Amino acid sequence: MAILDYTLEELHERLVNGELSSVQIIEAVYDKIDETEANVGAFLALNKEEALKHARMVDENGIDPNNILSGLPIGIKDNIVTKGLTTTAASKMLEDFVPVYDATVVEKLAKAGMVSIGKLNMDEFAMGGSTENSAFKVTRNPWDLSKVPGGSSGGSAAAVAAGQVPVSLGSDTGGSIREPAAFTGIVGMKPTYGRVSRYGLIAFGSSLDQIGPFSRTVKDNALVLNAISGYDQRDSTSYKGETPDFTDGIEKGVKGMRIGVPKEYFNEDAKEKGIVDSVRAALKKYEELGAEIVEVSLPHSKYGIPAYYIIASSEASSNLQRFDGIRYGYRADNVNSLEELYVKSRSEGFGLEVKRRIMLGTFSLSAGFYDAHFKKAAQARTLIRQDFEKVFEEVDFLVAPTTTTTAFDIGGKIEDPLAMYMADILTVPVNLAGVPSVSIPCGFSNNMPVGMQLIGKHFDEQTLYRAAYAYEQATDFHKQRPNFKGGK
Amino acid sequence: MNFETIIGLEIHVELKTNSKMFSPSPAHFGAEPNTNTNVIDWGYPGVLPVVNERAIEFGMKAALALNCTITQDTKFDRKNYFYPDNPKAYQISQFDRPIGHDGWIEIEVNGEKKKIRIERVHLEEDAGKNTHGSDGYSYVDLNRQGTPLIEIVSEADMRSPEEAYAYLEAVKQIVQFTGVSDVKMEEGSMRCDANISLRPFGQKEFGTKSELKNLNSFNFVRKGLAHEVERQERELIAGRELMQETRRYDETTGKTILMRVKEGSSDYRYFPEPDIPNLLIEDEWIEKVRQSLPEMPKERRTRYVEELGIPEYDAEVLTSSREMSDFFEGTVSHGADPKQVSNWLMGEVSAYLNSEKLSFSETALTPKALAEMINLIADGTISSKIAKKVFRELITNGSNNVEALVEEKGWAQLSDPSKLLPVINETLDQNEQSIEDYKNGRDRAIGFLVGQIMKKTRGQANPGVVNKLLKEEIEKR
Amino acid sequence: MAINEETVKHVAKLAKLEFKEEDIHDFTEEIDKIIQMVEQLEDLDTQGVEGTFHGITHHSVVRKDESKLEIDREELFKNVKTKQDGFIKVPAIMDNGESGA
Repeated sequence: MAILDYTLEELHERLVNGELSSVQIIEAVYDKIDETEANVGAFLALNKEEALKHARMVDENGIDPNNILSGLPIGIKDNIVTKGLTTTAASKMLEDFVPVYDATVVEKLAKAGMVSIGKLNMDEFAMGGSTENSAFKVTRNPWDLSKVPGGSSGGSAAAVAAGQVPVSLGSDTGGSIREPAAFTGIVGMKPTYGRVSRYGLIAFGSSLDQIGPFSRTVKDNALVLNAISGYDQRDSTSYKGETPDFTDGIEKGVKGMRIGVPKEYFNEDAKEKGIVDSVRAALKKYEELGAEIVEVSLPHSKYGIPAYYIIASSEASSNLQRFDGIRYGYRADNVNSLEELYVKSRSEGFGLEVKRRIMLGTFSLSAGFYDAHFKKAAQARTLIRQDFEKVFEEVDFLVAPTTTTTAFDIGGKIEDPLAMYMADILTVPVNLAGVPSVSIPCGFSNNMPVGMQLIGKHFDEQTLYRAAYAYEQATDFHKQRPNFKGGK
Repeated sequence: MNFETIIGLEIHVELKTNSKMFSPSPAHFGAEPNTNTNVIDWGYPGVLPVVNERAIEFGMKAALALNCTITQDTKFDRKNYFYPDNPKAYQISQFDRPIGHDGWIEIEVNGEKKKIRIERVHLEEDAGKNTHGSDGYSYVDLNRQGTPLIEIVSEADMRSPEEAYAYLEAVKQIVQFTGVSDVKMEEGSMRCDANISLRPFGQKEFGTKSELKNLNSFNFVRKGLAHEVERQERELIAGRELMQETRRYDETTGKTILMRVKEGSSDYRYFPEPDIPNLLIEDEWIEKVRQSLPEMPKERRTRYVEELGIPEYDAEVLTSSREMSDFFEGTVSHGADPKQVSNWLMGEVSAYLNSEKLSFSETALTPKALAEMINLIADGTISSKIAKKVFRELITNGSNNVEALVEEKGWAQLSDPSKLLPVINETLDQNEQSIEDYKNGRDRAIGFLVGQIMKKTRGQANPGVVNKLLKEEIEKR
Repeated sequence: MAINEETVKHVAKLAKLEFKEEDIHDFTEEIDKIIQMVEQLEDLDTQGVEGTFHGITHHSVVRKDESKLEIDREELFKNVKTKQDGFIKVPAIMDNGESGA
């Protein structure tokens, strides 16, 4: 088996018994990137020198057998700030931006001893579902290089699916971890809002954004979430309660659990048949494993998309105002006034999709429209949250498809923003409600991976990992690897 | 004059916290540009605000002192606008749930008392500072960015520039007494904008208002408003329609100058700050803050007049600042006669502070020492003339024991008859003519004799005692 | 049409964005479609429903009032394009009273 086929646990064992060194692992990562990056295009920046230095240090200090992540590689989405390492959020606006501080998750990963490999491509400012909105490069789906890897965390997903790194971090505002995880056949967790500090995440929709891990296996995912979770006094929205060990009880199975199947998420005409079939088969598997399947209803789901696009865009319109060409970021040349500096820097620095959302958000907050748009969306959000709270009185978690289609062709939808938005229909209610959800591979449709999402109660990621692990152990979808040029 | 003037004030007050409203950077001034800042103040991508507990407490304290009701489920909102001194391009402020609402204070103009209602007191962060160069550039310093502010918004209850002035003065005094701010207009820790409009007497609806900015001193407020009354009146009489305008007071010409005409109201796109969950202010916290409030100037004045027998005017002066008022009370509590304390504070002490441009805390004088000195005057240990010397010593070098100081310096008056009599008799022996004169009814002779005795004792003799003993000795002759 | 080109220009002004005159028409149509989509919310009865404006329902935390300097000015200035004597330099500001605090 190649070094990069190992799970984090397997790599850790080999570090402890001396079979591998951290430097060997990190070198293998960069070799693999050299080999595959021309096809995949996952990374915007590599941190090779620093990473190897870090790995050497880990090797010299000796591996702590209790520190399972020490010396192991991870990739980071490019909207998470890394001190001294260019962070662009895939925007021309931040093309030359060098952060002067580290995000809390980056500090936490460093504390866990993880080695940061580089920064991963994404849709500009995390706005999009295909990574085609990156100002810098195209990222391809390792399962079919003509298809998108999903987005906005497309680079993070593609890098893991292509075997460049075992794990990575993404961010999910309306599905930006789960959709690319589904499209690339890997595991992607959007934790409960507040579980992971947002300090240092370049804000998109502040009340929706959450950082989470990508991995090939469920347990690897839980291990990374262990490292990045916890209260952060620099983030007032971070959760003050206890952080459990997410691998605790992961093998306990689903026997006796009640799984809710939200009927609104199984509207068969709106979905690729292969997806519905795969998820239905997965539900059968859960029954075999001893869980009970219950049909439930989330009646306000259809308002998820409009509510989400208003809230996320409104917050974004305000969050992105700081990019004004003055203190950092792109600055237009030849301006004669302050007004021109603002308007030209912003108009030239932001891409079309970002401008579209800023416009929608500014409109939704503007005088005369606030009540009908922003306030109404916030009310719809309450109803959506209550839908979830209600069904969770009856079931332990929900199962639904993550996406309505499998990965689509590069260039296939980008001209139709509305179609692009509608594709988020199954993922956005989770963000509006703030609940956790993990997408795991559950089959193939048209030769492309299918993802199903398990949706849990607030701060109950543990149940999701346990159920995901049970399914993973009973199937072999997670063992399948894409076969692409330069991939094997 | 056919018009009634309607004025409302918006007063910004900087809170005296150690750190900023939403970041741990130091919140004090005078530092090199942009040194008291961090990534949060700069609005670096990814940063988040965390609320300063003391800023909330100070906001509450001011709101309570202004008789406001505290909003227990309070929250923060974003006010969006682009400006170089506003790095996030939104200011974190409070929109519909300000920390305090529905307060009032009492003012007095020409002997008439009036209640001015306060609509709200809300918390927000201050902006940085722009300096405008003559080179076609402006220069931004973010040291002030994020300093906690409260904005005190009055109802449009004032009917003249004098009332506005009195209101501003009263707010300043009250806030100053709470200790949450220096409230110094000249240093910018208190700033004032005014909304002013005119309407024909008897009309119910308000006229078109203008907003006055740059009222950087108490005088500018009065002058700017007075000028604006004149201007609006002139326009209205000429039959011209007023526009909703923002105007600034120009201190060199004493006029207000048009900055811009408002087209509709500015669209700040307020919405709840998603990065700060709502704040819950529990009853206990409010009670604790209420308990910590000092007695306000108005109550102190009444008490001084009624319980301490201080004249109204004195009481007014003594409560003009918290420091003065506290010093007065401290001195009285050390057993000095209130009226004497008042005389000293309003006289010598104020004169000294003014000429040296110092505040109480910058001198060595303590209430205890001042009380001891006043008591030494009262019991005749020192003369009022010597007292001035003692005072100088106390205010420049201080003393823990004024009696010992007076002793040590030999400033005590000579009142002991056994020590005075030899001097008196010696003087009488040398001035037989004066005795004669006195006996013949020339009272002036006594003055001369006292003068001689004072000379011999180098001014230390107690003139009262000398007078009495002198007369007794003359009788004996 | 929920909005017209005038509105788009007004909103662009608020957002400090500009669009080429020849693109305004198409952009307006596109934004209009999006706005029509989000206006599906009109069908929803939200009478008496409190809005949800935060990702969490618990109350905020507060920080003790302790000050510290965390970073050097030089570091903060790393990404500034025009500066002078410790100031951030910008084209002259025309103060028209629109600014906030």
